Amino acid sequence: MKQNNDKAWNALRELTDPELPFLTLEDLGVIRSIKIKNKNHVITISPTYIGCPAISVIESKIKNRLKKLGIHARVEKSFSPPWTTDWISSKGRKKLEEFGIAPPQLKKNGYLQVASANKVKCPQCSSFSTEKVSEFGSTACKSLYRCLQCKEPFDHFKCI
Amino acid sequence: MKKDMVDMVFEGLLRIGDDNLILGHRTSEWCGHAPTLEEDLALPNIALDLIGHAQALYSIAIQLKSDYNHEDQLAFLRLEHQYKNLLLVEQENGHFGNTILRLFYFSTYMKYFWEQVSINCFFKKLKEFAEKAFLETSYHSKYSSQWVITLGDGTEESNKKMLEAVSNMEPFIGELFDNDEFADISFKNKFLPKPSSIFKNWEKEVKNVLKKGKLNLPEILLKKNGGRKGEHSEIFGFLLSDLQYMQRAFPNSKW
Repeated sequence: MKQNNDKAWNALRELTDPELPFLTLEDLGVIRSIKIKNKNHVITISPTYIGCPAISVIESKIKNRLKKLGIHARVEKSFSPPWTTDWISSKGRKKLEEFGIAPPQLKKNGYLQVASANKVKCPQCSSFSTEKVSEFGSTACKSLYRCLQCKEPFDHFKCI
Repeated sequence: MKKDMVDMVFEGLLRIGDDNLILGHRTSEWCGHAPTLEEDLALPNIALDLIGHAQALYSIAIQLKSDYNHEDQLAFLRLEHQYKNLLLVEQENGHFGNTILRLFYFSTYMKYFWEQVSINCFFKKLKEFAEKAFLETSYHSKYSSQWVITLGDGTEESNKKMLEAVSNMEPFIGELFDNDEFADISFKNKFLPKPSSIFKNWEKEVKNVLKKGKLNLPEILLKKNGGRKGEHSEIFGFLLSDLQYMQRAFPNSKW
């Protein structure tokens, strides 16, 4: 059974997010568990946002990928504990920055305090002299910033 | 679960689901009309969150009753009197300041509501959902509070418009904190918090933000209610004809 789990995990970890195609599900930290119940795989995922349209795409990606391996799977959503941006791996954070999206700060000290601390580093020129333009960006998970040094606008992955 | 408990949970899920769906629909009407491009991204994003909450709540609800097999039946195929949302959320958007103030009132209310549910609710599915919903509504509350301050403490014109908004909302605030028979029963059964118990925290935060925006929360003298019993404003029928159009014209259509 363990072996089967590993097979499923290895297949799923490399799947990518439909809105951030350079990030894998492993980077995002959305796969909570893989269990086997009555010979069926039950994959539990933690949605990044309750209404995120990418979730249904991720669900069908998971099912299709496992189907190719001959594994029948059911996908369940879990909201507790809630997914937070702290679950994005350090590799994922690095990829976000390389892609021009400022990664979320760790919210150790309380999520809203950190979100409003506005020490956001520009992913283009690494300056901390940046300002928030809007709490919301092109997708539910991003806010909009601009750099006062290099004058470039950029997305910031919101801290929740 | 016993039948009366199932009915109670179902009713509660409908009430909150309907609040979120209807405000989500109203907020989505801003798509393509917001005053700036940034707000044109922000408002539909918030609408997406609200409609997502409604969808999740309806999908929990339909698992309790065999009359339904898809959450769309709840969202799109009921009549006016079967919707249990607050009157506040169905009101027309008015200007941007009006929309923002309503969002601030509602999301601040929901923030404290979800916080309570995440601590006290006996129904595990909703309790877990509340943890996540709390984070998202907190973000909406924070976003809208900043606009309330910016516009209230902005130009003479923007302040005038926010004063209008404050007075437009006044008759609809009371219903948020109304305890009816359902509220008492669901509180006794450790399902949902009493609406009246949220008022203190809400009032404190709202007063604080309004004060920074050179505005005041009026004493609530006029109180309209009926939404929880399915008695809605005249405009609600127009809202539903828009919201339900696709499912009525093309039954069972899917995206």
